[in-house]
Amino acid sequence: MTKILPRKDVVIVGLGWTGSILAHELTDQGLDVLAIERGPWRDTATDFNIGYAQDELRYSVRRDLFLQPTVETMTVRNDPSQTALPMRDFGSFLPGNGVGGAGVHWNGHTWRFWDSDFQIKTNLTKKYGASRIADLQVEDWGVTGTEMEPYYDRFEYLAGISGKAGNIKGELQEGGNPFEDPRSRDYPNPPMQMTYAPTLFAEVGRSIGLHPFPTPSANMSRAYVNPLGIAMGQCTYCGFCERFGCANYSKSSAQTTILPVLMKKSNFEVRTDSEVLHVDLAPGGKSARGVTYVDTSGQEYFQPADLVLLCAYGLHNARLMMLSGIGKIYDPTSGEGTVGRNYCYQTNAGVQVFFDDKNFNPFIAAGALGQTIDDYNGDAFDHGALDFVGGAGINCIPTNGRPIGTRPTLPGTPKWGSAWKKATVEGYKSTLGYSSQGSSYATRNNYLDLDPTYKDRFGRPLMRMTFDFPDNDIRMSNYLCDRMEEIAKALGGKQYTVSRRKKGWDSVPYQSTHNTGGAIMGTDPRRSAVNTFLQSWDVPNVFVIGASAFPQNAGKNPTGTVGALAFRAADAIRNQYLRNPGAPLVQA
Amino acid sequence: MKKLVFTLVIGALALAIAPAWSADQADQIIRGQYQAVLGDCAGCHTQAGGKPLAGGLPLETPFGALVPPNITPDGETGIGNWSEADFRNMMKSGIGHNGVRLYPAMPYPAYTRMNDSDIADLWAYLTSVEPVSNKVEANQLPFPLNIRLAMLGWNALNFTEASFQPDSSKSAEWNRGAYIVQGSGHCGTCHTPKSFLGADKDSEFLQGASLQGWFAPDITNNAQSGLGKWSEEDLVKYLKTGVNAHSIASGPMAEAIENSTSKMTDPDLKAVAVYLKSLGSDAGNTQPAKPDETRMATGEAVYRDNCSACHGGDGAGAGVLFPSLAGNSIVAQGSSETLARLVLAGSQAVHTADAPTTPAMPSLAWRLKDQEIADVLTYVRASWGNAAAAVSSDDVAAVRKGLTQ
Repeated sequence: MTKILPRKDVVIVGLGWTGSILAHELTDQGLDVLAIERGPWRDTATDFNIGYAQDELRYSVRRDLFLQPTVETMTVRNDPSQTALPMRDFGSFLPGNGVGGAGVHWNGHTWRFWDSDFQIKTNLTKKYGASRIADLQVEDWGVTGTEMEPYYDRFEYLAGISGKAGNIKGELQEGGNPFEDPRSRDYPNPPMQMTYAPTLFAEVGRSIGLHPFPTPSANMSRAYVNPLGIAMGQCTYCGFCERFGCANYSKSSAQTTILPVLMKKSNFEVRTDSEVLHVDLAPGGKSARGVTYVDTSGQEYFQPADLVLLCAYGLHNARLMMLSGIGKIYDPTSGEGTVGRNYCYQTNAGVQVFFDDKNFNPFIAAGALGQTIDDYNGDAFDHGALDFVGGAGINCIPTNGRPIGTRPTLPGTPKWGSAWKKATVEGYKSTLGYSSQGSSYATRNNYLDLDPTYKDRFGRPLMRMTFDFPDNDIRMSNYLCDRMEEIAKALGGKQYTVSRRKKGWDSVPYQSTHNTGGAIMGTDPRRSAVNTFLQSWDVPNVFVIGASAFPQNAGKNPTGTVGALAFRAADAIRNQYLRNPGAPLVQA
Repeated sequence: MKKLVFTLVIGALALAIAPAWSADQADQIIRGQYQAVLGDCAGCHTQAGGKPLAGGLPLETPFGALVPPNITPDGETGIGNWSEADFRNMMKSGIGHNGVRLYPAMPYPAYTRMNDSDIADLWAYLTSVEPVSNKVEANQLPFPLNIRLAMLGWNALNFTEASFQPDSSKSAEWNRGAYIVQGSGHCGTCHTPKSFLGADKDSEFLQGASLQGWFAPDITNNAQSGLGKWSEEDLVKYLKTGVNAHSIASGPMAEAIENSTSKMTDPDLKAVAVYLKSLGSDAGNTQPAKPDETRMATGEAVYRDNCSACHGGDGAGAGVLFPSLAGNSIVAQGSSETLARLVLAGSQAVHTADAPTTPAMPSLAWRLKDQEIADVLTYVRASWGNAAAAVSSDDVAAVRKGLTQ
């Protein structure tokens, strides 16, 4: 029997970055807000205890904080002619689980996308003609960089980002990124202290005419108190960020920037270990009545609510829409339907340079401590004579020197035994790595839908992911690899290796948890699932917040843009939606 | 229906003032509500998550359990049948309605110093709160202590009804602070050492005492164990927010800050600070012998591995997140009870409007043996200018035992 619970003003599905931001904003508005979180409660003292937070085997190898495939997985294939099979273990990407979501175990690279990223279709068509992007399905976001700036600013100050502005109100700033859009003010905290590897990378980059700058980091360069009054500590450079919770209150997450205030509010409640099965729609399917969820005892509940916010991981947002009948599922054959459309990823490649005479002390590290070169990112360079669009940031961010995972060896080294051991000892301190964080542009046949065969533990169809790297993105990545080779030569080590991105996306080796799209934002309801305020075109009392809204992915990590979009959606709900609840903010 | 109900944020008083009350009465109730803040009535008489003032969690005293009763104006189970005279008499003498004698877990030995108008205001407030029907069996002491008449003898030995005696040689601010500390604030209930009968040792007023598994530190101006290194501003900040450069509140003090001191007015906090800083002297501070070097070296090694990431290699801590251990008053106490407890059980800072972060010290009981904790505490207590006595593994074992019982 489904138990029917007392109604709430707002129900939020998932209490990670976006759920926490929306919950904070809407409780400030006086609304009664409930968050339902599939995973467990997590806080710093108990779950990221300094005594065991840095357990590489538990957290990195065995992935203790991540979503387990027994709870939810998906089927994957490279193209629509294949039969998709379920991922029995997450590999290529690792979705989060529990309070704080993937924001608990991220590295902390916090970027702004550029106006040229938001207006990409218009911009590329104007510059290079429509034929240049004929093979792609890129879309404008429906917002401008200027419109997004105040929301980026709010997220950066909430999260205490450490960085150096490159452009304040149109004035270029020495030491920052000269290619970034104008920002209203500098970062709240100065850049982190550089270790040797990124310092050398920047020196060499500068010597060949490039423009390196400190990577904007959610690891605190100094003690910080955010606008909510919540204090964070200076990062200790322990190098246990990605895949780990931070034991020192030094990495921004919902736990360290929002929850201490949110959890004390009398008009907020979270129910953990509770999985939302679907959004319940009123007859006619034009408005949501609430959500149905199940707790760990198997008891099912109906939670009525006037406003439903999907704030789960982007992929799970898209699946919940499909399972709830919100919008029409995308069909690549007809091109119709919007839910699942424009699934994109990240097109990465990497270089390792081996030295004899250098000691980089890689164990002194932080997840976002490094230097970035944006000379070949997005619209920073002219693509007129090139055979692709897009680009990548080139990042020298030695995130860690953890003993199990950090074992760089020269090509030809045996994979085990005494020769391997000797090589890892030599390689550990003297290897410098950097990588290209490449854009991922949409195509007609990269998409998400429901699998016809495989079901989850509740009998619901799994989501099916159809994805391969588009030819455009492979050409982009190869061009970036050539540029990275130039840097490798200038660095002058004894040897270097380049790991180039190849066709045939493989779901097994870890690549990136930057899955975007599936419920994209836009101005045309035939080509986007949500409007530019992330409100569903089809069910206006549902908002879908996260990287699911990206029409395509830029050559940058997504979290900064996810946070900015969350603040923008919150503003739209507070200042516009609540005046006339249930009505669309944009007429279709 | 998809209409959102717009909930107005009610920023003003959350008092349930019935419209029948006159403006004067309303003023008196508001003054009385502040008296309830000063006296921290809710700290004992309200359960976490329970109805306000409808009865608290059992107080574990050395003599047995006492449950703070329901003090809402409910006729059956609260104090609805009391007269104002009953209430005044109870506050001044510990003898309640129908002559029932209270145990001094109810701090009437302090409240006796409250003046009549403050007690009258408090009474007006208590009669205005929502009556809650909640029967509380307050007296759960073993025989013969459960015979309330026994308190006749206790009072004869230990208690004198008193009024606050202002000191005309001191400022009005000092006198206000003394009135709060000695009276409604009842600081001595925790911070003054007790005789074997549980009465305050007046000669050691506020010099630190052990209760309920914590050591309530010396809050006189003693340079070593007391507030000597704190400025008045430090003290105000601590009482208002739960954190300052020297310490982060834990345990029962964290609760007192959350329910009481964080809601006091700034002038009252300043007055309390002025008064406390005037107490005690630095005389008689004996420097304990420096621990032997082997223990210091072992303790330092434990410290580097387990403590330094947050508290710093030099014990300086980090702002409002991780308290400085150098010059920390908890570190400096003669008793290491609270320190050992913090390492074993962990602790979380209190949430106040001005310091909402609630950083936490994790439990290290699973990770460190009694001897290791004794060594690291010995090291911390004798480093960076700290000069408190060495800690033995038996000291730690006793606290561990208390926590697991």
